[in-house]
Amino acid sequence: MDKFSIRQLADGLRAKKFSSRELTAHFLKRIKTHDGKLNSFITVTGEQALQQADAADARIARGETGPLLGVPIAQKDIFCTTGVRTSCASKMLDKFVAPYDATIVKKLHAEAGGVMLGKCNMDEFAMGSSNETSWYGPVKNPWNLDCVPGGSSGGSVAAVAAGLAPAATATDTGGSIRQPAALTNLTGIKPTYGRVSRFGMIAFASSLDQAGVVARSAEDAAYVLQAMAGFDPLDSTSVERPVDNYVAALSTPIKGMKIGLPKEYFAEGLAPSSRACIDLAIKKLQELGASVREISLPNAPLSVPTYYVVAPAEASSNLSRYDGVRFGHRAEGVKSLEELYKRSRGEGFGAEVQRRIMIGTYVLSHGYYDAYYLKAQKVRRLIYDDFRRAFGEVDLVLGPTATDVAFKLGAKTDDPVAMYLNDIYTIAANLAGIPAMSLPCGLVDGLPVGMQLMGNFFDEARMLNVAHQFQLATDWHTKRPGGFE
Amino acid sequence: MAYDFVERGWEAVIGLEVHCQLLTKTKIFSGAPTTYGAAPNTQADGVTLGLPGVLPVLNQDALRMAVTFGLASEAQIAPRCVFARKHYFYPDLPKGYQISQYELPIVAKGRLAIELDDGSTKTIGITRAHMEEDAGKSLHENFSGQTGIDLNRAGTPLIEIVSEPEIRSASEAVAYLKKLHQLVVYLGICDGNMQEGSFRCDANVSVRRKGAEKFGTRTETKNVNSFRYVEKAIEFEIERQIEVLEAGGKIHQETRLFNPDTGETRAMRSKEDANDYRYFPDPDLLPVVCTAEYIEAIRKSLPELPDAKRARFERDHGLSAYDAKTLTSSRELAAYYESVVAASGAEAKICANWVSTDLLGALNKLGKDISESPIAADAFACLLKRIADKTISGKIAKEVFEAMITGEGSADDIIKAKGLVQITDESAIVKAIEEVMAKNPVQLADYRSGKDKLFGFFVGQVMKATQGKANPDALNRLLKAKLQG
Repeated sequence: MDKFSIRQLADGLRAKKFSSRELTAHFLKRIKTHDGKLNSFITVTGEQALQQADAADARIARGETGPLLGVPIAQKDIFCTTGVRTSCASKMLDKFVAPYDATIVKKLHAEAGGVMLGKCNMDEFAMGSSNETSWYGPVKNPWNLDCVPGGSSGGSVAAVAAGLAPAATATDTGGSIRQPAALTNLTGIKPTYGRVSRFGMIAFASSLDQAGVVARSAEDAAYVLQAMAGFDPLDSTSVERPVDNYVAALSTPIKGMKIGLPKEYFAEGLAPSSRACIDLAIKKLQELGASVREISLPNAPLSVPTYYVVAPAEASSNLSRYDGVRFGHRAEGVKSLEELYKRSRGEGFGAEVQRRIMIGTYVLSHGYYDAYYLKAQKVRRLIYDDFRRAFGEVDLVLGPTATDVAFKLGAKTDDPVAMYLNDIYTIAANLAGIPAMSLPCGLVDGLPVGMQLMGNFFDEARMLNVAHQFQLATDWHTKRPGGFE
Repeated sequence: MAYDFVERGWEAVIGLEVHCQLLTKTKIFSGAPTTYGAAPNTQADGVTLGLPGVLPVLNQDALRMAVTFGLASEAQIAPRCVFARKHYFYPDLPKGYQISQYELPIVAKGRLAIELDDGSTKTIGITRAHMEEDAGKSLHENFSGQTGIDLNRAGTPLIEIVSEPEIRSASEAVAYLKKLHQLVVYLGICDGNMQEGSFRCDANVSVRRKGAEKFGTRTETKNVNSFRYVEKAIEFEIERQIEVLEAGGKIHQETRLFNPDTGETRAMRSKEDANDYRYFPDPDLLPVVCTAEYIEAIRKSLPELPDAKRARFERDHGLSAYDAKTLTSSRELAAYYESVVAASGAEAKICANWVSTDLLGALNKLGKDISESPIAADAFACLLKRIADKTISGKIAKEVFEAMITGEGSADDIIKAKGLVQITDESAIVKAIEEVMAKNPVQLADYRSGKDKLFGFFVGQVMKATQGKANPDALNRLLKAKLQG
């Protein structure tokens, strides 16, 4: 059952080939068997999952149908879930149990009838590109346990890649869905900023954060995203606009689709072996009738420095609420208010989070704001304009997701800048607010290579369509890591 | 004022910052109620607590009220205004930042005309008014060495109204503050309760030599919660600064706290200790756009403002400036007076006299507000109607009024119960006159021999005989005729 697509699972449930309880128990058992090697879950909600499965079975028995009804899903531990710890992989929130559900949790479980298997590991407060900053320890890449799965949604991708969950939610602030999806042979989509509600998703950088999904195919991703997307009055930045039918759009032929290849994305820095895989994929898309042309995103090289001003600035502000007063870690034996703050935050946050709070505080401080934050916002505008121009010429933009395949655990932990450069191809989409996805396009030395598609605002359906048509013509996305049978 | 600094060649420069709580049912960024005086932390929802994952959504009522204030103070309403985060750590500030407005406030360049002691008017500029959320309260008593936090007030909508430094004395400051207070209460956007902190004032004070161009160094005196205290605090601060400067000292830019028990201000924190608030636009909230149509709709719904009402009362009702000012001091009082005029059909001046002298006098004795008047406007109108239709005389009306105040019933009930109906039957009056003449032959003879002054004696006697109920006009006319023989 762990090989089935979401459509096959829904069909099987509807046809009563298996119950949601059986399906859920199967995945729970796989988690128990295999997660010791991966560390992809922070919390497994076995009992609650079986209850949700029973509820789904009852709904199915009443004749209800739905593409996710009774289908198990894993949640990134950044989404608030009533009664279940939401840690954001931080010691700060190790004991935090939210009194409310995130909007997407409501949509996926209460409404669509999906079953929550548990809460996935991640980089602490989603700050990281290797899942090594988690308070609960690093996640291993199922394709090679010595390698990182990417980050920050490392637990989500590891669980899905290893077949411990059919799909998982994830979040993407600078590439946290796409880069780990690329490193684990998954299809991951970050929708347009404002397409999916951020309510109940613990904020890292509010103007960049967007929730999405990691799955084993574009089709699976389309089903899950369909259930997550939509306007939410509780999120002022969510957009009131009807959601396209992603699933229906999958089967459209892509003949005549205009795809742009930004030259800045195929320059120095991209591993030649990865490039070779992407070149072959481009050829395949051309065979399917797409036309390809080179384009330029001249400000793309400024993405990383721009991001590392904007994201830490917002993070330093968003993380101010963790002060040890109302919830979260509180230092013991403090003698003054100042000590309460300093020690609670010093003990509760890991090194990477502290580094970003300091960078963010610096760039927002008096006398530096104009030189850093304001300047970064201006560059951000230029990056946005680049994409606006590009989408006047082409339907989609294609490039690599990551510079190379998964790297070894610990390889970049001492070099923050090298770590930050992992996101060089993914960050621009967040800065511009456009949708982007990663899908598998090859293996190098047994490790997956991903390619990235970027679309115009609210053009998720077109991206998923191209990805699906590519997946109908190729079998990279069907490859599974060994050792998780 | 005990101290005339102007004569000693000094000039005071004063600017006021007024925090005005808006009368919305719910908080500025969430649906939590704003009820005052509830049990601690019962008015705090997830947004108020700053829980991880929650997001602010602007209360449209708060926006409407802020725009209402802007229009009433003849200010510019920003077509696009922005919320910004103001960062500082304090236990009663749940998120570690206050959502406020910084560079682009909703209201700018307003003005308020105040009346000075000598009767002249002066216009004080309003630099800006911005929307923001209130903080909670820290309670330092009853927690043995600890601090209690009550977040009920956190998130209550405020507008902070900043005046230009155009105020030159404590009495001007009070006049400005009273005028502002009257305006916001009139507009129905603030309850104006200074004890409960709904209307709070910080005073920026500096002094300079008369004729100097540069401002002196200013101090900010915080949270002075009555008109009287504002006056005292500013007077003290002016005097203190002049003393320091005359002794060759320097004024330090600092925040000071007023102590109502001593009437003095003392230094709280210096500029060096001031926070770097690290303002930046709140990425969780979109810029607020006010269209011309939106602003016009609010302009149309503005109530008649105090100054316009006052002018109308003088012009159309023929009231004295004094009466017009008294009767427009609050919107409720003006409305009461106008209902009385409309319902009684009596002359406006008479109504004004009764309301401003008799009713307000009685209410004052009872310590009640016009809204708590024991006599409703229509009941009051009834009393005046009975004077107009000559059922009772003005003198008897005072007696009826006293009875109405103590709740003895309606004017008609009291007139009936006490048999106070005026005697207009001329034959009855003539009869009483004849009896009095018969009983007082000596006075009659004296009158007829030229002692005109005795006319009053006869009026008194007849009134006594009729228990004051004889119609005074008829009595005068008939008595004159009878006495002449």
